Amino acid sequence: MPLLRIEAVVKKFGVFRAVDRLSLDIRAGEFFALLGPSGCGKTTLLRMLAGFETPDEGRILLAGSDIAQVLPHQRPVNMMFQNYALFPHLTVRDNIAFGLRRAGMQRPEIDARVAEMVALVKLEGFEMRKPDQLSGGQKQRVALARSLARRPQVLLLDEPLAALDKKLRESTQFELMELQRRLGTTFIIVTHDQEEAMTVADRIGVMDGGRLEQVASPRELYEAPGSRWIAEFVGDVNIFEGQLASQEAGRLLVSTRDAGTISVAEPRQPIGKTILCVAIRPEKVKLSRRGPASDGASAHAINRLEGIVTDVSYLGGVTSYKVKLDSGATIRSAMANTARIDIDAYSASQRVVAWFTPDDCVVLEQ
Amino acid sequence: MSTRNIFTRPARLAAIAPSLWMLLFFLVPFGFVLKISLSQTAIAQPPYLPVFDLSQGIDAIKAALAALSPDNFKLLISDDLYILSYLRSLVVAAVSTSILLLIGYPIAYGMARLPKRWQAIAMMLVIIPFWTSFLIRIYAWINILQHDGLLNKVLLALHLVSAPVVWLSTDSAMYLGIVYSYLPFMILPLYATLAKMEPALLEAASDLGSSPGSAFWLVTFPLSLPGVAAGVLLCFIPIVGEFVIPDLLAGSNSLMIGQTLWLEFFTNKDWPVASAAAVVLLLLLVGPLILYDRLQRRQLERA
Repeated sequence: MPLLRIEAVVKKFGVFRAVDRLSLDIRAGEFFALLGPSGCGKTTLLRMLAGFETPDEGRILLAGSDIAQVLPHQRPVNMMFQNYALFPHLTVRDNIAFGLRRAGMQRPEIDARVAEMVALVKLEGFEMRKPDQLSGGQKQRVALARSLARRPQVLLLDEPLAALDKKLRESTQFELMELQRRLGTTFIIVTHDQEEAMTVADRIGVMDGGRLEQVASPRELYEAPGSRWIAEFVGDVNIFEGQLASQEAGRLLVSTRDAGTISVAEPRQPIGKTILCVAIRPEKVKLSRRGPASDGASAHAINRLEGIVTDVSYLGGVTSYKVKLDSGATIRSAMANTARIDIDAYSASQRVVAWFTPDDCVVLEQ
Repeated sequence: MSTRNIFTRPARLAAIAPSLWMLLFFLVPFGFVLKISLSQTAIAQPPYLPVFDLSQGIDAIKAALAALSPDNFKLLISDDLYILSYLRSLVVAAVSTSILLLIGYPIAYGMARLPKRWQAIAMMLVIIPFWTSFLIRIYAWINILQHDGLLNKVLLALHLVSAPVVWLSTDSAMYLGIVYSYLPFMILPLYATLAKMEPALLEAASDLGSSPGSAFWLVTFPLSLPGVAAGVLLCFIPIVGEFVIPDLLAGSNSLMIGQTLWLEFFTNKDWPVASAAAVVLLLLLVGPLILYDRLQRRQLERA
């Protein structure tokens, strides 16, 4: 039995179905991310879990009991708000103690819990400050401490790091993960930032149009996206449209308009359609001057595409290339800069072979 | 260079302008009032002595200065009439302001909760009465409240009373008039603070276990205190000096200081005592005025 079970939940705003018959199980102790573009319904779903919205249909079971109609202040669930929603008239201490006082805890207990929370988010010495005397990162910590103080069964985080700058966001992501592991609380985070979701979450649910498109681990989501939309939403990808030409020995041959016939490893699920597309992540596309050295059996299966380098973007850790194929289409390649001095780097207008193995690409239904 | 020249001079002027305004239209007239309050009544034109006459030379001015005395202030303290007037003014202002807060807060709260486009309409409804002259609106109340006025006609028609009730020339009528006239001054600052409050704060309170009622007292109300203070002071200060409403709607057995002042000035032609009464009234209100100024400044700094 999962800790949280969302069953065929529907939420309508007028005729618009913000969440459309969505079902999802979340295990106890899991760090789950709801990822999607703005307007996909992820925040509405989170607000239904918090109790700020009531589902029009379906059930939300928390540890077996339906909480869909339970008022927010009676749920064993807490939320960390996007802009923190700290009480500006209360000190850090009183913000954190707010929920504890409502729960009717005794003074010594409250003091002990507040001290524990302050230590947990490393805010010692700031207890008597008001929110407007804190930096963005400190406010974020207070919000986190306040939402964790009541020891909720599930902590909901609505874009918790969106207001922080990039460097702080990255370090905070790791702190969040560590905190979640230490407390063992189930975390559900809503984010539109796929890197953030991949960094922190055990599993990611990708939402679009009020539905879950795919629920998978970060690796699976990236390496085996369930659809073309997901492949394009999560990370960069080269897509070649084509038709199934033949199927042989664990390989599919897809004949594409722009990249000739591509040899692809057979997917786990059988392919039902013949109009397909092939997706290859840029870092799986290698460039070389003459193509890979042929070594017998596997050599004929390697996909080679010839073209001319049109764009070179040096990004520090990787260099991103755009190669214009002879068909006129473009393929992107990203190669790690493993050596500090690379005399062999490719430059614009150089003729190259872009190659990738059948295992490097996935075939997706359109 | 050129930008500097364009911007600094008007900016400097703009900074001086309010001070200049205060000097010309407040401080100088107040100086006159203060001087008159230290003079004696006289059957003359103007009706007080001494009069500064710059053409008579330094000695005459010195003599005039020597003739100034605080006798009028001593009179204000020693005569019950004035003390009772001041007390009544303060009591009326305090009671009216409390009623205004009790009525104004729920209205402002309701307005701030309306959908955005309805808020503008509600705001218009609050402000529109201001487009009619204040005096006309008070006369309208006299019409409604008088012996054979609208209110008594309705009450008689509904058989709620068997004989006309005396409304006019009572304290109730005065409070009604004051509350009616000052309500927008209470509602608008309250609405301004309530409308800009983040709805997420109430959700956070609810998420942390507050019922809607306790969320109001723990979050909404404390955060609206600057608006409460602004509304209270914005009503209290002018009501203390109110003259027209008590004069037209209240009975004549007890007077507010504004009425007493008017009597001294126009009926008794005692300009010095009237001036002294005005100076004391201003001193009474200096505290609340400074408080209001502080609040406004703090609001500006926040924004």
